[in-house]
Amino acid sequence: MKNLIVFFSTILMASTTMAKTIEVCNSCNISSLKTAISQAKDFDTIIVKKGTYKEYEISVNKPLVIIGKNYPVIDGELKGEIFTIISDNVTIDGLFIINVGTSYTEDFAAIRVRKSKNFIIQNVVLEKLFFGIYIEKSNHGKVYHNKIIGDAVNEYNSGNGIQLWYSNHIEIEHNYVEHVRDGIYLEFSDDCLIKNNVSAENLRYGLHFMFSNDDVYQDNTFENNGAGVAVMFSKKIKMLNNTFKENWGTASYGMLLKEINDAEIIGNTFEENTIGINIEGSNRIVYKNNDFLNNGWAIKVRGACYANSFVENNFLYNSFDISYNSKVNDNVFDRNYWSNYTGYDLDKDGVGDVPYRPVKLFSYIVNRTPETIILLRSLFIDIIDFSEKVSPVFTPDNLLDNNPLIKNNTW
Amino acid sequence: MLKILKYSFFDLIRSRWSYVYFAFYLLLGIVLLFLNNDLSKAVITLMNVIIVLVPLIGTIFGVMYYYNSKEFTELLLAQPLKRSSIFLGQYLGVALSLSMSLILGLGIPFIFYGLFESSAIWDFSLLLVTGVFLTLIFTALAFNIALSNENKIKGFGYAILLWLFLAIIYDGIFLMTLVMFEDYPLDKLSLVGTMLNPIDLSRTLILLKLDISALLGYTGAIFKQFFGTNFGLIVSFAMLTIWVVLPVLRIVFKSRKKDF
Repeated sequence: MKNLIVFFSTILMASTTMAKTIEVCNSCNISSLKTAISQAKDFDTIIVKKGTYKEYEISVNKPLVIIGKNYPVIDGELKGEIFTIISDNVTIDGLFIINVGTSYTEDFAAIRVRKSKNFIIQNVVLEKLFFGIYIEKSNHGKVYHNKIIGDAVNEYNSGNGIQLWYSNHIEIEHNYVEHVRDGIYLEFSDDCLIKNNVSAENLRYGLHFMFSNDDVYQDNTFENNGAGVAVMFSKKIKMLNNTFKENWGTASYGMLLKEINDAEIIGNTFEENTIGINIEGSNRIVYKNNDFLNNGWAIKVRGACYANSFVENNFLYNSFDISYNSKVNDNVFDRNYWSNYTGYDLDKDGVGDVPYRPVKLFSYIVNRTPETIILLRSLFIDIIDFSEKVSPVFTPDNLLDNNPLIKNNTW
Repeated sequence: MLKILKYSFFDLIRSRWSYVYFAFYLLLGIVLLFLNNDLSKAVITLMNVIIVLVPLIGTIFGVMYYYNSKEFTELLLAQPLKRSSIFLGQYLGVALSLSMSLILGLGIPFIFYGLFESSAIWDFSLLLVTGVFLTLIFTALAFNIALSNENKIKGFGYAILLWLFLAIIYDGIFLMTLVMFEDYPLDKLSLVGTMLNPIDLSRTLILLKLDISALLGYTGAIFKQFFGTNFGLIVSFAMLTIWVVLPVLRIVFKSRKKDF
């Protein structure tokens, strides 16, 4: 892939040496983007000067570099889609795009990339949008340093910040997305890299995966979204060093995993979520070096989860560490640090001498009768939890961390 | 009344038990901070201790003080004093000295640890306020028990039973009820059930601060209104106040009618 980029960038450079530069400003000969694009030759650069341009349905049908100087405003006047890129090798840089039209039959986007390769969308600010950046059937693109600020109120009439549909090898980095439906949405998109983004205050999910395999997302922050991050029906996804924070609500998760196989979840921080990770029908996942801090439930296992391993994580001050809804357990817990662990370490090897049982009887009761949550931290509950710990009846009796650590895992 | 309050208060302050109580909290505070190295975690542990121990000590101490100072009370009754002021004075003397031990005993180590620069200060103040409320409530309940029972052994028995009931058995019955009626909508019942027990009430008050993320996991409009807004805090404090006022009123009535 790297070779490909080098190859195309050399082509781009070679061609730009011959290419012209076209300037667009309100008082120039060319005062609209559409005319500029129609007059431009392949590989030209269009420079858009500061000003307001009331245009929509701008079709970029040849390889061009469109650069905004001092963030010119492209105002779509709520009439429809603003940019549609249908050519390879297009760069859009430094524009301020507002007022995308809303439709119930078409997904209008501020910038749509359709069946194109090697596009770059960077330093773009989007406001008052329906869909933000919509990439369909396009490969090898980059979406960098964009800021997407929506004003979504209802799920049914709002769109997603960055949406990928049948698009592979896309890099999404350093974007900031807030107040849209799904911050970043991937459907049927493989081998994408999502890095260093912030997705906050979105109506539904901060990040949403559907049927997308072999993707990596790392160093992102997902905060205060309606339901957190959802990863569904996907294989071999790597989730590294992300932060999931303050997703509160009845159906809110730091991360929701559904039908996920062979994923790696490493080095993430889950802080103050109602449910840190909600797992359903997910197999062979490695959870390693994650921090679970002050969540209601650190991990809620809903069933059909086999051969997962939870190794060297920190579970700190969660109301419930693990919740299971069945008595069967096929997952491994080993060498985690549990702040609720009350055992001792006589041989001083840093590993507790008594195994830890992360599933409490009370979490089983709360699963059955949710109202009983009001008895949390009552002395009576502590007593029944203790008796269950001594002889498990309702919770899986082989669900043990045999080597609970005495001190925080550090890495 | 103030004079009697003053007398009881200073009498108690001079007594060994107050010092033991104070020293206990001081030690608890220091040990917790020493072991946890983290203020907010220490506050959680402290909460568990406070909602169990403060009521126990309040009841035992109240009953004990009443029986011990009975002869003095009878002497006072011979004077031209209002009965209500004698008993209220004594009650407030006990409750305030206990509260003082609690606040100072826990406050001093936490202040030295750097409470004022910490974000845990609100949680901690809430904890202390709840502790004071519990002291007021359970001392009042203890005085009620002692006034109604001439027999010391019986009085102590009832006092311990009361604590056992409210601290443990009540929650057991509460839990059984909730599980038994799980097919019905229960959020009102569970909130009312909490209101009827001062220990549960203080526990929820602190939960509102500490475990809010878990509490919001339950679907229920009433729960959501209660826990999601300040409504829960206000209602809980109002209920705690009622829990103080009712037993105190009964002390006044009971003492007026009682034949010594």
